[in-house]
Amino acid sequence: MGPAAWTAAAAFLLWNAVNLEINPERIARGLGRLGTVMARAFPPDFSRAGLLASGVLESVEIATLSTLFGVLLGIPLAVLAARNVVVLPVYAAGRGVMTLGRTFHELIVAIIFVKAVGFGPFAGVLTLTVSSVSFFAKLLAESIETIDRGQIEAIRATGASRGGVLIFGVLPQILPRIVGLTIYHWDIHLRQSTIIGIVGAGGIGATLYNAFSRYDYDFALAILIVIVAIVLVGEAVSAVARRSVQ
Amino acid sequence: MTVVRPARWRRYSRAQTLGRTCAQLALALLAAWMLARLGIRWDYVADSPAQVGDLLGRMFPPDWSFARALLAPLVQTLNIATLGTVGGVLLALPIAILAALNLTPSRFTYALARLVMVVSRSVDTLIWALIFIIVVGPGSLAGVLAVAVRSIGFVSKLLAEGIEEIDRGQVEAVTATGATRLQTLLYAIVPQIKPVFAGICIYRWDINIRESTVLGLVGAGGIGFALNEAILGLEWSRVGMILVVILVVVAASEAASAYVRKRLT
Repeated sequence: MGPAAWTAAAAFLLWNAVNLEINPERIARGLGRLGTVMARAFPPDFSRAGLLASGVLESVEIATLSTLFGVLLGIPLAVLAARNVVVLPVYAAGRGVMTLGRTFHELIVAIIFVKAVGFGPFAGVLTLTVSSVSFFAKLLAESIETIDRGQIEAIRATGASRGGVLIFGVLPQILPRIVGLTIYHWDIHLRQSTIIGIVGAGGIGATLYNAFSRYDYDFALAILIVIVAIVLVGEAVSAVARRSVQ
Repeated sequence: MTVVRPARWRRYSRAQTLGRTCAQLALALLAAWMLARLGIRWDYVADSPAQVGDLLGRMFPPDWSFARALLAPLVQTLNIATLGTVGGVLLALPIAILAALNLTPSRFTYALARLVMVVSRSVDTLIWALIFIIVVGPGSLAGVLAVAVRSIGFVSKLLAEGIEEIDRGQVEAVTATGATRLQTLLYAIVPQIKPVFAGICIYRWDINIRESTVLGLVGAGGIGFALNEAILGLEWSRVGMILVVILVVVAASEAASAYVRKRLT
C-alpha cells in the first residue's frame, strides 16, 4: 500500500472515531458509573452456588455433546471436501456447506434452533454442532489434502476397495489430527456455551444475562470468575490431552 | 511333534483391549447421561421441520426494499469491527512484549501479561459488551470497547509467539552497535515481526466482523440491532434480508482476509 492509501485509511478511521461521540462529559459519567458498578460487584456473591453449578454443568454438557456430534458429522464432511479424495462437483458442494455453516454467528444460529426445538440446552447443542461441523471439517479437509500419497497407493496395490483405502490408507494418517482438533473444539465450545443462553439456548449465559439485567453485579462477577476458571481448567485439560496424543 | 500355530497378530494386548473398551463404554455412557439430562421435548422436535419450514417461508423472499435502510447499520458494524481491532491491537502491543519470554523484564510481568490474556480470551465479546454497556451506555462505543478488549488476548498471544521465534543474531548485531533498549526494539525486533503482525491484525479483523454482526442483539450497535428489532417485530422477510446482508459481508471479509494473508506470506 502506498502512502496515499495509508493516509486515506487513517483519515477514515479518525472520522469514525470522532463519530463515536467520545467527550469529557461522557467519560466522566462512564467512570462514575464504573465506580458504582465496581462497588456493587465486590465482593463477588457465591451464595447462589446451586444455580451457578447447574448452569456451569449445563454449559459443559452442551460443549461436550456438541463436540461429539460435530466430530461424528464433521469427519464425513471433511472427506467430501478434500480435493484429493473426491471428484470436483462433490468437493464444491462440500465446500459450499462448510462456508454457509461458518458464516453466521452462533447467536444467530441459536435463534433459529430455539424457534425450531424450543428453549433449552438442546437448541444449544444443535447450534454448536452446526458451527462445529463446518469449522472442524474445514481444518480436517486441509490436513487430508496434505497426506502422503504413497501410503494410499500401497493400500490400493493390495487390491483394497475405496472404503478400504479410506480406512487403512487415509484414516491412520489423520487420526492424531482428529484427536487434536476434537480437544481444540471442545475448548472453543466451552467458551461459546457461555453466551448462547442470551437467546435462550441453555447454559450459564442465561443466568449471567439475567444477573446483568437485574443489576446483580456481585452475582454476575461470581459467574464471570467461574467462567474464566472453567475455561482455564478446560485449557489445562486440553493441553495435557494434546501432549499425550503427540 | 506338536504344530505351533502362528499367533494371530493383534495390535493391542488383551489388557489394552479391555482398557480401551472400558474407556469407550464410559465415554458412551457419559454422553448418554448428558443427552438424557438435556430434557429434549420430542413433540417439539417432531414439529421442528414444520416450524423451520414456516420460518424460512416467511423469510424468503427477503424484503429487498429494506436493503437501503440497512446501509447505515452495516457501515456501523464495519466501523465497530475496524475501530475495535485497531484499539485491541494498540492495547495488545505492550502485553505481547511482556508475554514474550525473550523480552519480558521479569517473571512477574510475564505472569501479569498471561493473566490479562486469559481474562480477555475467556470472556466472550458479547459478555464484554454487556459490561461496557453498563459503563458507557448502549451504542456502538460499547461495541468498539468490547471488540477491543476481547481482541487483546488473541493478538498478544500470537504476537508473543512471533516475537519468541525471532532471530537472536539480528538483535545481538544491533545491540553490539551500542543501541539502547528502545532502539533494539525498533531496529532489530520490529522489522522481523512486521509480516506476522500484519497477518494477525487482518485475521482478527475478519473474526471481529463476524462478532460485530451480533453485538446489537445485546444493545451494542451495528446490524444486530436491526436484526433484534426485526425479530421482536416478527418481520421475518426483513430478518431474511438482514441474514443475506450478513452472509455477503462475512463471506467477503473472510475472502479478502485470506487473500491478503496469502500475499503476505
